[in-house]
Amino acid sequence: VITKRNKFFLPVFRDLDAQLRAFRDKAAAAMPGSDWSPIELTPGLPPERADVVIVGGGVVGWSIAYWLKMKARVRDGLRVLVVEKDPTYSQASTVLSCGGIRQQFSLKENIMLSLFSAHFMKNINNHLCVVNEDPVDLQFNHSGYLFLASEKSAHIMEENYRTQRYVGAKVALLSPSQLKERFPWMNTEGVALASLGLENEGWFDPWSLLNALRRKAVSMGVYQCFGEVTGFKCAANLAETTDGEVLNVQRIKYVNVRMPNSLEYQPVECAVVVNAAGANSGKIASMLGIGLGPKESVSGVPLPVEPRKRFVYVVHCPDGPGLDTPFLIDYSGVYCRREGLGGNYITGMSPEETEEPDISNLDVDHEFFQEKVWHRLAHRIPAFEQLKVSNAWAGFYDYNTFDQNGIIGLHPLVPNMYFATGFSGHGLQQSPAVGLAVAELILDGGYKTIDLSALDLKRILLQEPILESNIV
Amino acid sequence: MAASLLSQAMKRCSAHTCAAVAVRRALSSGAATPSVYTRFLLKLSHYFYDVENILDWNNWLRSQGVIHKNRLFGYAQKNFGNNVAAAYYILTLRGSFRFAGQSEWFRPDSRGRFSYDFMSTPDAKIEEVDLSGTLINHNGLENLVKQNKLQTLSLRGCPEVDDWFLARLHVFGESLVELDLSHCSRITVGGLAALQNLRKLERLDISGLPRLQNPGLVRILLEEMLPLCQVSGAEYEQGLIQPDSQEQTEGHHEASTHTGLRHL
Repeated sequence: VITKRNKFFLPVFRDLDAQLRAFRDKAAAAMPGSDWSPIELTPGLPPERADVVIVGGGVVGWSIAYWLKMKARVRDGLRVLVVEKDPTYSQASTVLSCGGIRQQFSLKENIMLSLFSAHFMKNINNHLCVVNEDPVDLQFNHSGYLFLASEKSAHIMEENYRTQRYVGAKVALLSPSQLKERFPWMNTEGVALASLGLENEGWFDPWSLLNALRRKAVSMGVYQCFGEVTGFKCAANLAETTDGEVLNVQRIKYVNVRMPNSLEYQPVECAVVVNAAGANSGKIASMLGIGLGPKESVSGVPLPVEPRKRFVYVVHCPDGPGLDTPFLIDYSGVYCRREGLGGNYITGMSPEETEEPDISNLDVDHEFFQEKVWHRLAHRIPAFEQLKVSNAWAGFYDYNTFDQNGIIGLHPLVPNMYFATGFSGHGLQQSPAVGLAVAELILDGGYKTIDLSALDLKRILLQEPILESNIV
Repeated sequence: MAASLLSQAMKRCSAHTCAAVAVRRALSSGAATPSVYTRFLLKLSHYFYDVENILDWNNWLRSQGVIHKNRLFGYAQKNFGNNVAAAYYILTLRGSFRFAGQSEWFRPDSRGRFSYDFMSTPDAKIEEVDLSGTLINHNGLENLVKQNKLQTLSLRGCPEVDDWFLARLHVFGESLVELDLSHCSRITVGGLAALQNLRKLERLDISGLPRLQNPGLVRILLEEMLPLCQVSGAEYEQGLIQPDSQEQTEGHHEASTHTGLRHL
């Protein structure tokens, strides 16, 4: 009842409910058992000290964290921190990937890496299952990869086939007539030879693998921090090479991790840093002066990893090829795979070197599909002349501009930074094996399972590329 | 917040499959609701660490048993040949088989004992294998890869057969005619896509696969993929959304197939 006297107290009564609620909250915070403290601590700060700091929370970074903890069996024996810039993973290459895994490479290290990863995924629940949580389901489709070769590259394909069989991949070569009989929906014009993966090849869900690795690593005690690495604090020493050149060797002492949407940063004291930042690895390397020195010196050679944008288009074709569609890769560069059971397909193509799209954003260029991809796709699969593009997205490759293969190892100028980057589109399929390799490098000092000396960083400085034939 | 602290305290790093996961897997295999005893044990394991530990050890021992059963029979292969080793492996798993050219089946009795007569014909290749209800997995297939005359393979109700196992079946691509995959709870469409390498397949049974959401559509796709094959165990209407009875019957069939496909 609002009388003349109550009107004076009306503003008080109106806020009374809110004030009582605020009072209740403050009282609960003051009780023991609440996490209120008079000193305002920023939530989500990384620890002040860690043994290994992994820059980059993609599938390679989490795989390294998992294997580091697996090898160091003692609880809290090794403090590992994974720093990831973006908690939503909106621009991360891992989650925007098509998710394919294949053993059809020409370099035996690449074949071994993806074969190990396939075996890892075969027994993934033995590796990555956590008490009281659901088992891991990667939704692996075992349809295999199908590479098509024209007349002039058929001999390369045969040589690669021999290497692949030697290393242990299960691949079969098909002639055009066998191809036509096997896949009647394909137009085999121009195809001289085809190579089909029979086992351990296909595609899966990258987000499931990332989350499984992250969940297991966090359950083993890996610290996760969402923040951006903005700089390093190093102890500099001068070293002289045999040629008399004086190098400025920097040993990283602190990693500066800046909190999201804030200027506040935490310097994390560390012993070892791993650069698994994917497309942004070049930026991290340049923070240490790699590539910023005079042209002809060691410090003048930059880390040749830069982001390259690639488009993926989801198309719907009701009369398209059915359940037997492999991950088809044509010699013209266009690729296509089945997505689900409803006549949807995922397709795309690597653009020419000279026509690389702009990397400042992840906008999709639909003209690229209309002009470059569609006619090549329709030439190979005639049913795709009638299709509709229902969706599209773009993602970055951590593209190694030097030779398009992974870079793993130490840099002479920074003796405690390990690089695990530059996989140019194959990072997801090689991640479990690369994680183990880097963990062995850090903890054992050398490779124990797979010898990846051919992918060492020093080939960049020695200017000795190891090239893969048939790259996509 | 207190609940999250408690759950964090309960999470210990362990390589064992935990009891709850094992029961969930058993549930997803399409079996009826677990017995009172199993549910009681699971409830106890939520309250007592000892019970959870015992159930974990039990599951670990069971998985070690599966690994042991599927080990490579290298000694037998080296000393007696691939065919004898494969035969021995099948009999120790409590499966049965028949050699090519012979008509009698080699089976173990109800207690798992078998006679060693199969060793008298080391050159005979195996033609039909019945491994229903056994613990065969993709590692165990290594013992059978050299049997290139294998025509019939029955894997009815095998709990350890999954998509990776199906991907390995390509080694029988030239000879396999009949494959029975019914009631193998781990198989999904991704594994069935790997059957494209079995070009000579004529009979395929995919009944009772709980992880197939659209059995009718999968049957259509499999028949399209393997033209010689007759797929049984799934009716075309399974997985379709049934329209209301008030809807017009003239558009009935078209509407039902379209809604079914749209739901994929």
